[in-house]
Amino acid sequence: MKLKTFLGGIHPPGNKRLSEGKRIEAIPLPQKVYIPLVQHIGAPCEAKVEIGQKVKKGELLADSQAFVSAPVHASLSGSVIEIKNYPHAGGNQVKTIIIESDGLDEWVKEPQNGQNPLKLSPDEIKQKIRQAGIVGLGGAAFPSHVKLSPPKEKKIDAVILNGVECEPYLTADHQLMMEKPADIVKGLQIIMRALGVKQGYIGIEANKPDAVQAMQEATKEDSHIEVVGLKVKYPQGAEKQLIKAVLDREVPPPPGLPMDVGAVIQNVGTAYAIYEALSSGKPLIERVVTITGKGIKKPKNLSLRIGTLFSEVIDYCGGLTGEVGKILMGGPMMGLAQYTTQVPVIKGTSGILILPKGESPPTKAGRCINCGMCVRACPMKLIPSILGTYCERDLLDEAEEAQVLNCIECGSCVYVCPAKRHLVQIIKYGKSAILAKKREQKNKS
Amino acid sequence: MQSENIVGKENMSDILDMVTVSTSPHARSKDTVAIIMYCVLLAILPTSLAGVYFFGIKALIIILIGTLGAVATEALVQPLLGQKISIMDGSAAVTGLLLALTLPPTTPWWMVLVGAAIAIIIGKLIYGGLGNNPFNPALIGRVVLLVSWPVQLTRWQKPVFLFSKTIDTITTASPLGILKDKGAAHIANIRLLDLFLGNRAGCIGEVSVLLILLGLGYLIWKGYVTWHIPVCCLGTVFLFSGIFWLINPAQYANPLFHLFSGGLMFGACFMATDMVTSPITTKGMMIFGAGAGLITIIIRLFGGYPEGISFAILFMNAVCPLIDKYTMPKGFGRA
Ligand code: SF4
Ligand code: SF4
Repeated sequence: MKLKTFLGGIHPPGNKRLSEGKRIEAIPLPQKVYIPLVQHIGAPCEAKVEIGQKVKKGELLADSQAFVSAPVHASLSGSVIEIKNYPHAGGNQVKTIIIESDGLDEWVKEPQNGQNPLKLSPDEIKQKIRQAGIVGLGGAAFPSHVKLSPPKEKKIDAVILNGVECEPYLTADHQLMMEKPADIVKGLQIIMRALGVKQGYIGIEANKPDAVQAMQEATKEDSHIEVVGLKVKYPQGAEKQLIKAVLDREVPPPPGLPMDVGAVIQNVGTAYAIYEALSSGKPLIERVVTITGKGIKKPKNLSLRIGTLFSEVIDYCGGLTGEVGKILMGGPMMGLAQYTTQVPVIKGTSGILILPKGESPPTKAGRCINCGMCVRACPMKLIPSILGTYCERDLLDEAEEAQVLNCIECGSCVYVCPAKRHLVQIIKYGKSAILAKKREQKNKS
Repeated sequence: MQSENIVGKENMSDILDMVTVSTSPHARSKDTVAIIMYCVLLAILPTSLAGVYFFGIKALIIILIGTLGAVATEALVQPLLGQKISIMDGSAAVTGLLLALTLPPTTPWWMVLVGAAIAIIIGKLIYGGLGNNPFNPALIGRVVLLVSWPVQLTRWQKPVFLFSKTIDTITTASPLGILKDKGAAHIANIRLLDLFLGNRAGCIGEVSVLLILLGLGYLIWKGYVTWHIPVCCLGTVFLFSGIFWLINPAQYANPLFHLFSGGLMFGACFMATDMVTSPITTKGMMIFGAGAGLITIIIRLFGGYPEGISFAILFMNAVCPLIDKYTMPKGFGRA
């Protein structure tokens, strides 16, 4: 198989061995779950339950009228003991519903197997996906029904399932593809039906030959789905790079979206959740998470209830090996550093990564030596060194002219920079400053 | 961050004294500026050793004086300029070594020292240090020496071989000098293989094409340098000298002779590829390389000097910011 890819990118050590091939296990029922009302990109939800109220597993806890939003559900049965601001993996405090388990783990409505979601109409599919609270499980957490509702004038002709998992360390998607290939394929078929698309792809990096094989096996019957082997390279799993590799189309700069080139991307985990929700009526209350890193005793792939605290997961995995350097939600390239283990797993948690002290030490930025390694690494064909310099000097117009808004914040430039410049960090600042300025101008006019 | 103070502290599973909270990415490659510079030193080592092999202990002394002189200059002058001493990053050593390798083996030791000091001070430090200098520092040192002492800087000697008995220095003309002064007929008996291996008169480090290419290959393999500049530079020289040779082989030397003689190979592989002073865009690198090659061959064919690579690279250094400006990529999705 000829492996496809994009231009640029980097090869960080994969470190996947730690948790690779470990079967997905469930952990004992947590005593409490902490369910934030914001777990997606879009409008926050409003609580529909009160303190003291008894809830059952799968019961709706909060929702919003807004289209770009996704409801949240109780991930176990018990009573609501608190609704308050609580630390969130995104870094802020977010309104959170805290449920104390009654130990019974009762469903509000027992899932019923044996429904055939492919009999549903596209609109029914989208509605059910929204009701189930499904968002992109790859990390971005964009509400899935929104992605499946492109405006009429955008002709979608391809759905790509993202099974790339290019972040080092993470193996959750890999393991899911090994254990549930048939369900993932059914999820893809549902997505294709919802969009009226004939052609589906499943993109997988070549470092997971077993997953490629499993998915090929599962798609044997469906000639409209192609499993595409991709070169092992970060950020192969970024939407735009995946579309480039699979379809050879380039998504235009923001506000350009994948649908502008006729593509919709969903993560394999999302496809699985969609199948689960539509075939049995189970809302999104659990997900597969890799807990890994040299800082944790027993790395694993776990199926976790939304709202489970990191600390509980760490305990289940045998605790820490020693002094901790960083606790990340997600992988080392784009993961979010946490200041406490008392944050809950949310829908967008693909991994919990514990780096021991010394693995990711703070670095002192030196002067650019113009080596061009960042340029060769940038998957967006930008000149990170110059963008960084513009942003450092607050030359926002120049930065915008040089396409800073097209940066996907993948961190490849920082990874390679021998001068250890904090390029993405300063570029993120520049981007937000430009966007703030734009909002201001818009408000004025 | 003291985790003891955190809201909602329940079932603490662990004691987190100090965790680092920073934005992504949390992984970085092991490459540093110093590692790159030491790799460059390693890449030029083979051709340096070839210089010592062909020209004897004298060459070794020049190499040592050039390298140590550059490092010492940096260590002494940086404090005076209020800069932090940066000799450990290896860049001063690279500059000194590159300079030494572009000098004839007969260069007096004090001249080497003067060149090294000029390379470091005028070539680099007055601009604020590594990364800010517009011109290749080693070439600045070389060109200042060349215009100040043109006779000494173009006095060539026959290879003596390190372990041979002859101690006499037999001065001779360089292949390019013969071509310039006497014409193409007189280079007929110069064997290309000798040029390729390094058995000819020339500057210390420039003689062995084979070992220069080996060093370049290493840097490309490490990912620190790309093929664009050297290939475009050498390709342009090959192309233009080839055209003239085809027109009139009696007057013009063949293109391989041009590639294998003088400082072209050394310059194209180790001087023009200097990161700080060459373009950052890929397209820019190709223009830069082609430009340097074109100027070199024009000087060689029509200019007053037998060799032109140093001036060519310095000129391209000067226009490098312009090249970068006009070769900015449009960015992903803006076909
Ligand atoms: S973070 Fe932005 S600038 Fe840096 S490599 Fe990624 S896309 Fe390019
Ligand atoms: S990688 Fe770092 S040192 Fe090299 S050009 Fe980019 S910013 Fe400058």
